[in-house]
Amino acid sequence: MAIRWLAILPPLAFLVGVFFANSVTPYVLGLPFLWFYIATCVVFTALVMIVVYLLDPANKGPELQD
Amino acid sequence: MHSAALVIIFLTVVISLILGLLAARGKQMNLQQWTVAGRSFGALFVFLLMAGDIYTTFTFLGGSGWSYGVGGPTLYILSYGSLAYVLAYFMLPRIWRYAKTHNLISQPDYFEHRFQSRGLSMLVALVGVVAIIPYLQSQFTGLGLIVEIASYGSISAVWGMVIAMFVIAIYVTLSGVRGSAWTAALKDIVLLAVVLFIGIALPLHVGGFSAMFHKIDALKPGFLTFGSTAQGIPWFISTVLMTAVGFYMWPHAFGAVYTAKSERVFRNNAMFLPLYQLILLFVFFVGFAAILIVPGLTNSNLALMSAVTKVYAPWFVGVIGGAGMLAALVPGSLMLIGASTLLAENIYRPLSRSATPSQVQLVARVLVWVIAAITLFFSANSNATIVALLLMGYNFVTQFFPAVILGVFTKRGANRIGAISGILVGVIMVAIFSLTGTSIIWGLNSGFLAVIANAIVVLAVSAATPSSAVVESSSAKATPAD
Repeated sequence: MAIRWLAILPPLAFLVGVFFANSVTPYVLGLPFLWFYIATCVVFTALVMIVVYLLDPANKGPELQD
Repeated sequence: MHSAALVIIFLTVVISLILGLLAARGKQMNLQQWTVAGRSFGALFVFLLMAGDIYTTFTFLGGSGWSYGVGGPTLYILSYGSLAYVLAYFMLPRIWRYAKTHNLISQPDYFEHRFQSRGLSMLVALVGVVAIIPYLQSQFTGLGLIVEIASYGSISAVWGMVIAMFVIAIYVTLSGVRGSAWTAALKDIVLLAVVLFIGIALPLHVGGFSAMFHKIDALKPGFLTFGSTAQGIPWFISTVLMTAVGFYMWPHAFGAVYTAKSERVFRNNAMFLPLYQLILLFVFFVGFAAILIVPGLTNSNLALMSAVTKVYAPWFVGVIGGAGMLAALVPGSLMLIGASTLLAENIYRPLSRSATPSQVQLVARVLVWVIAAITLFFSANSNATIVALLLMGYNFVTQFFPAVILGVFTKRGANRIGAISGILVGVIMVAIFSLTGTSIIWGLNSGFLAVIANAIVVLAVSAATPSSAVVESSSAKATPAD
């Protein structure tokens, strides 16, 4: 279950990273840097959760159903 | 042909009513069927139901209105959903399992069984309804604006809200939650197409993305980041935390958790739902383009519709208005179901023990109309912005979070007296903040401060009253009798 600790990364990226990303420049893909950074955090969250899902033993084997 | 816009919006409403009726036909409509659809939805429908819950008038008109009006702080809307799904991965499977074991229907049922207190469940039901009203009000406000603009001023916003109220209430009465799922499917497709189109076409209309942002930055230095206004980085962090933990505390969202077919659905959702958030960017781009297309609007909620009306032909305004109608119809119907079920099941039924199931169901259906009418009254007499209304609702529902999270992950972290005390302290603080219009204190979101105070009270009172913890640990296993 240690893999679940990876899930701490998305909150850190959004809430701590914002201190370092609060700037208009440099523009990336036409977006102000802050906007590019937060959008990247969203994608990062999905990637982290894919890793967590695939490696979490809770998602292996038969699942509880109705 | 300005009437083309209204005709298309009208047709959209008719189609969604037909979809709702088709979904309801041939189904046995008892209260369980009506609210949780017999727990038979698969991953796709839960996905649509949850997604339908997220993309509302709030994001469509409120989100674009905020990027138009406040700029950088709008990024909180892009952030909190992702973190809510991360939390959901850990929290929702446990709630789903508990709800299934105890055959729960509504959010207060959870509190009643977990903390063995009918008083607490009634308090939760009441606070839930209080929170839903501003949320529902934001949908009515948005619908009123859509009708007003799409009719090019010939129907006033208030009459637009009256029409909206009837459409939503009739829709809910006829079809319940199954109708919401079918219309959510239609809504997601239409809204996705519309938002992607105008989110790209309008920035190109003003010279392209990079040029658009450079022009705005030159016009309003600091507008695109945090810190230029009262809404700085501390506000961002506190607001994202508060709304992320409050995300599933909404009675209708909590109730939608019960409709999942299995607990793995939520873990699965955590992988893909964050990506869905990126569509919000295009809504924000519309608001930014509107700064250059229709500068100086006094009501920022109008940004998207005003820009669209200025650039496109009436029939296309109708398509966009129709999408906006659907964006309000799906969450609006879920909220109305949530609020009426709360009052009928968790306040009316305990108070009137002799009531038969069909009487409770009748009360729920009547309450749909009562709550819709009360909301209409508030909507017609308010000039609040859509985002401010939603944040007010969040301030209330987030007060459930400390008791829920402690109840889910610990045996003794929260007991009955602790949970009641914490929720009361938090709700009273939020009520004072709402009445005095205090949304920011020391640079932080005021609702965040209330939930911190709430959590401290829950922990302290629960620790100081160990006697009820014994009752609690035994009740966590036993199935309580009704």
